[in-house]
Amino acid sequence: MPGKELLRSKVKVVNIGLPLFAGALTSRDIPVVQVEWTPPAGGDERLIELLDRLSE
Amino acid sequence: MEIIDRANEITVGRILDAEPVLVDVKPAGVVIEGLGDGMILHAGPPIGWDRMCGPMRGAIGGAIVLEGWAEDLTAAEKLAGSGDITFQPNHHYDAVGPMTGLITPSMPVMVVENRNFGNLAFCTLNEGLGKVMRFGGNDEEVLNRLRWLASDLAPAMSRALADREGLPLKAIVARGLSMGDEMHQRNVACTGLVLRELAPSLARTSDNPDDLAELLKFIAGNDQFFLNIAMVMGKAIMDPARGIDGSSVVTAMSRNGADFGIRVSSTGDQWFTAPVEMPDGLYFPGFSVQDANPDMGDSTIVETMGLGGFAMAAAPAVAGFVGAGSANDALNHTRSMMEITVGRNPEWTIPALDFAGVATGIDIRKVLETGLAPVINTGIAHREPGVGQVGAGIVRAPMACFEQALEAFAASVGVS
Repeated sequence: MPGKELLRSKVKVVNIGLPLFAGALTSRDIPVVQVEWTPPAGGDERLIELLDRLSE
Repeated sequence: MEIIDRANEITVGRILDAEPVLVDVKPAGVVIEGLGDGMILHAGPPIGWDRMCGPMRGAIGGAIVLEGWAEDLTAAEKLAGSGDITFQPNHHYDAVGPMTGLITPSMPVMVVENRNFGNLAFCTLNEGLGKVMRFGGNDEEVLNRLRWLASDLAPAMSRALADREGLPLKAIVARGLSMGDEMHQRNVACTGLVLRELAPSLARTSDNPDDLAELLKFIAGNDQFFLNIAMVMGKAIMDPARGIDGSSVVTAMSRNGADFGIRVSSTGDQWFTAPVEMPDGLYFPGFSVQDANPDMGDSTIVETMGLGGFAMAAAPAVAGFVGAGSANDALNHTRSMMEITVGRNPEWTIPALDFAGVATGIDIRKVLETGLAPVINTGIAHREPGVGQVGAGIVRAPMACFEQALEAFAASVGVS
């Protein structure tokens, strides 16, 4: 769907991660499905590397 | 890694294959090997007197007076700090205890035998709510109740359990889940079910109707009586899951009021600790968060086996009691715990989730991958010694425990 057409239709939003973005939309009565997500291991590169190697 | 997945399957298999049976109630000094005079077992990972919180110190003072090692609480506190008392974690002695979790030689402990693996586990009897030793209470009322538990209730339960050759526990938990219990902050149904099971044998083995009436009234009047049974059952279930090479499953979570500790199967009995967090909860009238002590107790063994906060969906009433929000929030808590576990328990199911089995086998890798820390329903003690319980709430296991555990676990499977 071209971008302009998308914005003219009813917007359906799924927000992943920071709830701030979802809040900005819900405050304007736009329904948002909020998916709670954080980077693995809080973004710690050393732990992410370990997790990757442990899943190999 | 396939080796980890296989090891975790074995670990969860052991958890599911457990057959915990409450077999006896005996003085701790008689049944816990190595527990002698001058020794106190406590909740959580190891801790010395100098770092213990107020309620832990208060309970220890009371326990020392109870044992007759000091005349009064002042002398008891002096003795506790003198170095002449040995403090050891319950978990190092096959035992668990709620909140302060103290076990001293004269205190009666329930004995649960895991009949499929042959191991025993121990836990004290639940004293009731409010001003009790597990929440730091230590006055004469508290000590007299403990003396009555030892002189009356414990021998009566021992006789009753012998009369009926033990009390199998898994079926009671299964029914309790369908009756609105999660076995940490709500034990109304399971307490009633246990009383129903034990009452005929208690009556048959009693020679004094007044004494019988008193102990039946005590159990019936204490909605949390089953909590300690759930805990000792949990310890008996989880201990055979320890020490499995390559397994990233958590075998114990526990708090001493200062540190939160976890153990992981493949790294054996090593503790991974981090500062405890403050529960987010509701307070009894007259108390507030300013009065609250940080997180404490071995009762997180309940969550470790998949109940308590993990099974909150079974107990919508508890969501209100601990300030967790709506019944829908309770469902979400349980669903989220399914993301950090290896499997489900088909024998313990939750009606509100289309009879899905409770989440079983916390995998430290999944905790870190998802950022979802185990959720725990807990009581809240007053921060000062001698006061008791002031509320109940929800708390999370600190992520730092899992971060340390992952490093050690990776090394144990040759990954660095």
